[in-house]
Amino acid sequence: MAPVAILFAAFFLLPLAQLVVIGGSGKLGWSAYLAVFTETRYLKSFIATIALSVGVTFFTLIVSGITGVFLERNRFRGRALLTAMLTLPLAFPGVVIGFMVIMLAGRQGLVPDITDLIFGERLVFAYSMAGLCMGYVYFSIPRTILTVMAAAEKLDPRLEEAARSLGAGPFMVVRDVILPALKPAFLAAGAICFATSMGAFGTAFTLATRINVVPMVIYTEFTLQANVAMAAALSFVLGGITWAALAFARSLSGSSVAASG
Amino acid sequence: MQLAFTLTVCAFLIVPVLMSMTAGVTLNYMTGVSGGITTQWVEKVLTDYRGPILLSLQLAIACLACTLLLGIPAAYVLAKRQNAFTRAIEELLVMPVAVPGIATALALIVTYGSSGSFRTSWLFILVGHVLFTLPFMVRSVLAVMSSIDLKTLEEGARSLGANFTQRFFGIILPNCSSGIIAGSLMVVTLSLGEFNMTLLLHTPLTQTLPVGLADTYASLRLEVGSAYTLVFFVIIVPLLIAMQWASNAISQRKRT
Repeated sequence: MAPVAILFAAFFLLPLAQLVVIGGSGKLGWSAYLAVFTETRYLKSFIATIALSVGVTFFTLIVSGITGVFLERNRFRGRALLTAMLTLPLAFPGVVIGFMVIMLAGRQGLVPDITDLIFGERLVFAYSMAGLCMGYVYFSIPRTILTVMAAAEKLDPRLEEAARSLGAGPFMVVRDVILPALKPAFLAAGAICFATSMGAFGTAFTLATRINVVPMVIYTEFTLQANVAMAAALSFVLGGITWAALAFARSLSGSSVAASG
Repeated sequence: MQLAFTLTVCAFLIVPVLMSMTAGVTLNYMTGVSGGITTQWVEKVLTDYRGPILLSLQLAIACLACTLLLGIPAAYVLAKRQNAFTRAIEELLVMPVAVPGIATALALIVTYGSSGSFRTSWLFILVGHVLFTLPFMVRSVLAVMSSIDLKTLEEGARSLGANFTQRFFGIILPNCSSGIIAGSLMVVTLSLGEFNMTLLLHTPLTQTLPVGLADTYASLRLEVGSAYTLVFFVIIVPLLIAMQWASNAISQRKRT
């Protein structure tokens, strides 16, 4: 235990404390932390990143919800293979996922080829907000699907039958029976998905457009502007947000696995 | 309906993987596979990016060694003493995963960036990777440790005269081998693919595989980027499949 504690204190807690101090040591002093919320550029980037992450989280939960419940309910040949394929990209780094988006929607991608065939126009969106969303959904699905499947396993089909026999339509069954039962899993998976999206960096880095997600802003502040203090302050606030989201997820499910995106 | 949807989602995840794999071996991506198949891009990648690929493998193995040495004893202590203090430690250990890699990297740089030889050595990246992967090893081993009855096993061994070393290597390690294997696969995979932290931690001389990938995507032709991605997939996909297989084996054992 002792070696872990020493390593951890020296290489994580101490640097983190240092980060806080550096954040307050720039031109702005401690008001750098205030600038995160008052300076339009930083605030805008935070709002954009949060909006992106929330949107991606909702979309992913819908997709994973439908797919996860389906895979858990039905036994058929190839089911194991489908599940394996859906969880395979779990450890792909963000840069590779950015490249996957370029493959799908980039200048020479598949989606533009298809739209070209149908509408006679090449629809290239890899380098826009839509492309970024696509990449984030790409790495979020493998992170949420197993949680949803585990929760769907515990669903009691008798409850749905009871609801149906009482005259509930398919929509009502989903809204009043299935969703409430899956709610804890959705919250936990959603929090993981949100935190990963907030901190994801590689995807935005590869797609390299005018999209200013917070990790990109931190990177440019640090490398191009050499504004270490501001980068530190931004990192600290961002870290606080993701940590809080994951702590929330852990309090619900007792375990969380979130690898970098 | 639902099947169609599931298949679409699957296609969304898998089709680009297959596309980039084929693009890596085609002569010219615009003309497609019919234009001819070549290994020239893969060969180019293997010669030009030999250093980063080897460094990534070296990092992954060193990272695995560190997490095994640090993680298993830590998990053992956490499993044996369950109190508020060890729970707080557990919570702290997960923090490097919760905090974005770019923030951790920045924290390391502002603290140790000025100590020249350490900053420029590959050990600097190793520190980051160990911080990030350690929680996965600890959790994986801890999950198995808390599912077996450590206390009874150890008391049995002790009553037969086994000392601590014998108990640790003869009883505890073999009993949580499945957790150790699952954790090890996770650590190696994550270390090989780590980018968020490594981008800031690396120096031109300590470029890793994913950093090299970003480099080719940004500056070289699509075929080279694809070929490099292909090389990466060839390394990482077997590991991911092994990981799924290991976690299935664990959950099946728990059920029986």
